[in-house]
Amino acid sequence: MTNSISRRSEIRSNELAWYERMLEIREFENQVNALFASGSIRGTTHLCNGQEALDIAIASLLRNDDVVAATYRSHGIALALGLTPHSVLAEIMGKATGCAGGVGGSMHLCDKSVGLLPTSAIIGGGMPIAAGAALSFQIRKQDRVALALFGDGSTNIGSFHESMNLASIWKLPVIYICDNNVYGEYSRINLTTPIEDLHIRAESYAMPHEKVDGMSVYTLREALERAIERARSGGGPTFIEAKTYRFAGHSRADQAPYRPVGELESWKSRDPILVLENQFKESGKLTEDSIAAKKMETEKRIAEIVQEVQNDPEPLVGDIFKNIWAGSRS
Amino acid sequence: MADMRVRQAIVQALSDEMSEDPNVILFGEDIAAAEGPFKTSEGLLDKFGPERVRDTPISEMAFTGAAVGAAMMGMRPVIEIMFMEFLGVALDQLVTEAAKMHYLSHGEYSVPMVVRASNASGLGFGSQHSQTLENWVVATPGLKVVTLSDAQSAYSLLRAAIREPNPVMFLEPRILYAERGPVDTSIKLEIGKARLIQGGNDVTMVAMGNMVNVAKQAAKQSSLSCEIIDLSTLVPWDRQTVLASVKKTKRLIVVEEAPLSGGWGSEIVAEVTSNLFTELIAPPIRITTPDTPVPFSGVLEAKFTPAPDDVTRQLKYLVETNQAPKPWWVMAGLH
Ligand SMILES: Cc1ncc(C[n+]2csc(CCOP(=O)(O)OP(=O)(O)O)c2C)c(N)n1
Ligand SMILES: [Mg+2]
Repeated sequence: MTNSISRRSEIRSNELAWYERMLEIREFENQVNALFASGSIRGTTHLCNGQEALDIAIASLLRNDDVVAATYRSHGIALALGLTPHSVLAEIMGKATGCAGGVGGSMHLCDKSVGLLPTSAIIGGGMPIAAGAALSFQIRKQDRVALALFGDGSTNIGSFHESMNLASIWKLPVIYICDNNVYGEYSRINLTTPIEDLHIRAESYAMPHEKVDGMSVYTLREALERAIERARSGGGPTFIEAKTYRFAGHSRADQAPYRPVGELESWKSRDPILVLENQFKESGKLTEDSIAAKKMETEKRIAEIVQEVQNDPEPLVGDIFKNIWAGSRS
Repeated sequence: MADMRVRQAIVQALSDEMSEDPNVILFGEDIAAAEGPFKTSEGLLDKFGPERVRDTPISEMAFTGAAVGAAMMGMRPVIEIMFMEFLGVALDQLVTEAAKMHYLSHGEYSVPMVVRASNASGLGFGSQHSQTLENWVVATPGLKVVTLSDAQSAYSLLRAAIREPNPVMFLEPRILYAERGPVDTSIKLEIGKARLIQGGNDVTMVAMGNMVNVAKQAAKQSSLSCEIIDLSTLVPWDRQTVLASVKKTKRLIVVEEAPLSGGWGSEIVAEVTSNLFTELIAPPIRITTPDTPVPFSGVLEAKFTPAPDDVTRQLKYLVETNQAPKPWWVMAGLH
């Protein structure tokens, strides 16, 4: 997986790569959506458009030996952390060349070489696991951090509260990041949760917390840097709430008829890709021309990958029996 | 008699029970305003209002437990666990609380609640959203366990489950939601009673859920005379019907969509063997899924559950040789 590792370093060392990777994620998901609509992808998909800045900020700051526990909505974090669009799309299409050999699908992405733990499709699944990873770093005196990424709706599950409490009393080097995209499935946050600023939930666990604009890579990075520094230096866990918005429906073909009129449009005016684009234009890193060129290049590259993956081999039936038991240590 | 999809039969059963009994209330994630992720509560919020049809936060433990408490006070909650796997985070409330209340109150309290959950494979939802998982809850005295297999059983068994004075785990194979079938709303099915799908003399096939359909197709292809029993209720299962059938056919095949090891089919085989040992002319066998998680890839998932062809091969082998065949996945060269 040298490929993932080189893509991993790219995003840690090169600011322009943040922009390119965001374009990649957006275009990748546009294609995933089209492939799902045409029946080339089975099961389900959960798109992250609107939330790419968070994925980029995380990947640009974590080290290779840090770990991330994420969810079924993970195309973005997987690509940001370095998985190749080929291996992610192949997984989503159930191909042998996918990052889990095709047995996982869209909801289950993984790449040990860049620290992406197998993503969980159960709400709350990853939060205590991140705490456990952090526990091992603490016991073995490694300055690594574990990061759990989850949605706003997931702060209503027991596992959220239990793992935050545990992480706090044990002072674990773990960072809880909630992407508050305003919806859990088809329900707006106000219908399921008595508060909209979720970061204050950390208050009762005496855990440092903050809310941050989830549409800006730079702002997100500042908050994350503080949390990572705290974790690596023995200061314990942090809870960050990133205010984002889910541009697509919850999953599959959901057109999100339940949104209030105008809400999507108002968030789209702060599209994280636009926000970064404007910042880079101001600082001279990007011009109208270079932007257009990058967009074209991305579309072309992803289109080629779609072609390649469609021609990739299916898993062999014997693969059903693979990887169920780990080998013994003797 | 109307033709309806399984999911519509569920809506109809819920609606009819709610009309007849004001104590019946529904809750679950996105079941009210959005009418259910699988549209199994379509129109019910409009018809019965927000007090009786409620959306919940993503808090299975809380709302399962709330159903237990409400049921103990005399309501009849029907809750929806969207995918059976999500019961994992609420299992205590069902198997350790609900199922023990009657016992621990010296018979004073009862818990007339229904936990509906979609389950089983076939739609590409991957290993965390495709298991059947009846086996999580079967060893729980005090909890009844039911699985629908068509529109009629969806309607009649769900109504019976809601009227049942004990907690009921009601399983709905997701792949069947869109299937159509005739529903006679006057037919009453009993919890604890198996359904005879077709009579026959060569072999008894016991199945549940979507495996009933697989068994039917396999029986037809085999041109053997198969007696097919849809177990319908797994706890308490209908020993009488199954034993009487095997006494007649002298052969038993259980078709179960769950891993071979630790499955409920073993319970059926054990009971039949103990009771009819000297009358059997062939070893009772189980046709199950292999001991593996459910794979996502379409190619793999299609091979993961026994297909009618696989079951036919097993059937024929058993009846022709009176010996147990190798597992179907070995016969099919998968492993
Ligand atoms: C225990 C459990 N309950 C319910 C679900 C079904 N489910 C999948 S995603 C989702 C909404 C989650 O909302 P949120 O945490 O805000 O994340 P988002 O989908 O917005 O990224 C639900 C209810 C699940 N996967 N696991
Ligand atoms: Mg959300």
